[in-house]
Amino acid sequence: MGKISKYVTYRGHEGQWSWLLHRVTGIGVFLFLLAHILDTAMIGWGPKIYNETMAIYRHPLFRVGEVILAGAVLYHALNGVRIIIIDFWPESTLAQKKLFYAVVVTFALIFVPAAIYMMAWMVK
Amino acid sequence: MNGAGRPRPQGGIDLLAWIFMRVSGVVLLLMVLVHLAIMHIINNIEVINYHFVAQRYATPFWRTYDLVMLWLAFIHGLNGVRVMIDDYVGSRGWRLISLASLYVLGFIFLALGSLVILTFNPARPF
Repeated sequence: MGKISKYVTYRGHEGQWSWLLHRVTGIGVFLFLLAHILDTAMIGWGPKIYNETMAIYRHPLFRVGEVILAGAVLYHALNGVRIIIIDFWPESTLAQKKLFYAVVVTFALIFVPAAIYMMAWMVK
Repeated sequence: MNGAGRPRPQGGIDLLAWIFMRVSGVVLLLMVLVHLAIMHIINNIEVINYHFVAQRYATPFWRTYDLVMLWLAFIHGLNGVRVMIDDYVGSRGWRLISLASLYVLGFIFLALGSLVILTFNPARPF
């Protein structure tokens, strides 16, 4: 196996995927935070510059990105709770697969309606 | 092997970082989801502009909220990247260079973000 497998392999099965997704969403949200600090900083140059900067985020590509970002934050938050539960309550390790599916189901229950609502501008 | 996250370190700064990730994680869960609900569901990018921020920052509440959230999220993310550098950057030299760049960049961005939140003056004429 090549080098990549070394980076993406970890304990296998649900544990591996939840772990990999946690890292990927974590990096994604952090990178956006850097961009968000820069866009917010534009407010120091007054209404014209700031409003022009915000207009970039109104582009359809960014509005789709916004939904993906919200999904990344939500997954990272819910999976983080799973990690904390298992860390501080070791008996729950026995139910770790169920906990992961609980994360997936909770994610879907919140994300699907939120995403549909956030995408409503498309049909207006 | 127990735990879903990184094994709890024995002590020192690594244990502090491990605890910080979990404590800040819980606080951020609430703060960021409220932030998302207000800025991306109740309001959205169509209505967010200079005037919107000026109104929001007219009282200290949201400034304080945003500053606390910024610091927690930023240090949480910075520590996450630090852990990944430790995991993925094998050579000692590159690890040192990566970590040093991370801390310098991190300092600049966190300082800039804090400065914007603290010094924005809605009453300033343009």
